[in-house]
Amino acid sequence: MNFQVPELGPIVPELILTTLALIILIADLFIKRKEIVALMSIASIIIVTFALISSSGTTFGGMFISDGYSTFFKIVFFINVILCVLISMKYIIIEKINYGEYYSLILFSTIGMMLMASAADLIVLYLGLELMALSTYILAGFIKHETRSNEAALKYMLLGAFSSAFLLYGISMVYGLTGTTDIKTIAAIISERGLEGNSAILLSIMLLTVAFGFKIAAAPFHMWAPDVYEGAPTAITAFMSVGPKAAGFAVLGRVFMVAFASIKIDWATILIIMSILTMGVGNIVALSQTNIKRMLAYSSIAHAGYALLGIIAANNEGLASMMNYMMIYAFMNIGAFAVIIMLRSEGFRGEDINDYTGLAKHHPWAAALMLIFMFSLTGIPPTAGFIGKLYIFLAAINAGYTWLVVIAVIFSAISAFFYLRIVMFMYMREPKDEVVLTTSAGTGFVLGITTIAVLFIGVFPSYLLGFARAALAGF
Amino acid sequence: MVPLSWYMLLSLAVFTIGVFGFLTRRNIILMFMSIELMLNAVNINLIAISHYMQDLRGQILALFIIAVAAAEAAIGLAIVIALFRNKATAHVDEVQELKG
Repeated sequence: MNFQVPELGPIVPELILTTLALIILIADLFIKRKEIVALMSIASIIIVTFALISSSGTTFGGMFISDGYSTFFKIVFFINVILCVLISMKYIIIEKINYGEYYSLILFSTIGMMLMASAADLIVLYLGLELMALSTYILAGFIKHETRSNEAALKYMLLGAFSSAFLLYGISMVYGLTGTTDIKTIAAIISERGLEGNSAILLSIMLLTVAFGFKIAAAPFHMWAPDVYEGAPTAITAFMSVGPKAAGFAVLGRVFMVAFASIKIDWATILIIMSILTMGVGNIVALSQTNIKRMLAYSSIAHAGYALLGIIAANNEGLASMMNYMMIYAFMNIGAFAVIIMLRSEGFRGEDINDYTGLAKHHPWAAALMLIFMFSLTGIPPTAGFIGKLYIFLAAINAGYTWLVVIAVIFSAISAFFYLRIVMFMYMREPKDEVVLTTSAGTGFVLGITTIAVLFIGVFPSYLLGFARAALAGF
Repeated sequence: MVPLSWYMLLSLAVFTIGVFGFLTRRNIILMFMSIELMLNAVNINLIAISHYMQDLRGQILALFIIAVAAAEAAIGLAIVIALFRNKATAHVDEVQELKG
């Protein structure tokens, strides 16, 4: 028996995080104050960040790759975890779900996302996707005593499992055609055997698009998103709208840009149709929403449509702007959710848009922060949202998709209506009754970080984009 | 020997039955069973291809799929039980608090 231990260097961050997540799961049994568990999970993310800096290369026979591309996405996931854990600490007490496994599930989900970003093989991709998805299903249904949360988890679970069956069928067809599941080898075999025009490979691309479209919540596979985002605990909605979406974009970029690079024409056509539909559905349906979580769900769908332009451009410039967009989206979206969480207090849900009426009168700071995040989500300078959209649109124009950018700008203008309606409610209406804000150190910290990030990236955009470009150097 | 295309046709047929079952059935348990059918259709496909090409990757993926499907079923049924405690139903059309 000849057994060799593979080189573990590149996978060390995942291994450390798995160990720490398991330790936290057990430590939760002995720790009464769950805030300590939350701080432990933040500490473990910080430890893993240090491990991440020094890991690069491929291992497990080329199945796992740690490069600049995956590192950038992992940093997005880490920011997502830290901010979401901080806004959760007070919130899960109010929701009466103050259990420690909440935090370990968030960590397990993050490990899944990290595996997805690093997957150089379709098998690893599938396993990472399932680890991420299974943990998120539980988190979506974490408020066990509330039917809305149960329903959200059920819908997410059923449609998620349905979509991963499509992913598997697509993988099995690619495997049948090329005889491998390795992403780089697939590309080589497609051009070697002249499979470019093959209808079976086209069908498998469609099947993969269905599965990834579910994960990034792109139309016509977005049906689950509004219901799940509304029913899930608000902190988890913030987590889900950033993490799994960024992970979905990471695999979409790697699989389509590496494995199917030679059949770009085919998948770009599919993605263009999907992107137009996504922007249309997201922005137009959001106009009629009265629940703010549901409105942000549609907004999240619309933002997936914009980010798809970066992949459609199909060059390093496009990918860099898509990565840049994901990072910016993480900050502005979690910031908006942090304000929403402040409105949630004992016996008051604070999810209706009418609850924001006249917020600026009694709570000028909260209203001002919400204003910044809403401007950023609309894409008004000098906020980060403007910079994100600008670079995405520039990349698409340079790739020759001017007409698509025109459509995107029109939809972006439509989106101003529902974002600025909140601002109008906050500043231009008289308050009916005073809303009590639930403040905590964690939420305050998150609001500070996200506001600074949104304004800083908006004023000095070159640092982040330069970082994204440098990360793509060896892609 | 049975040719590979027969297995692939069988797999396609089972997968289609699964998709059809998922879309038409309204009972949660039956929807889960349809998903299992779809996953097992993929397994047939993978193992047939893997045997035909004398390559182990397909069988490895099939083993992983079986394990993940078990985990998925456990979580799915747990969610159904949590729902059932609040609202005694296993019918998706009756679960409709979230809409708009």
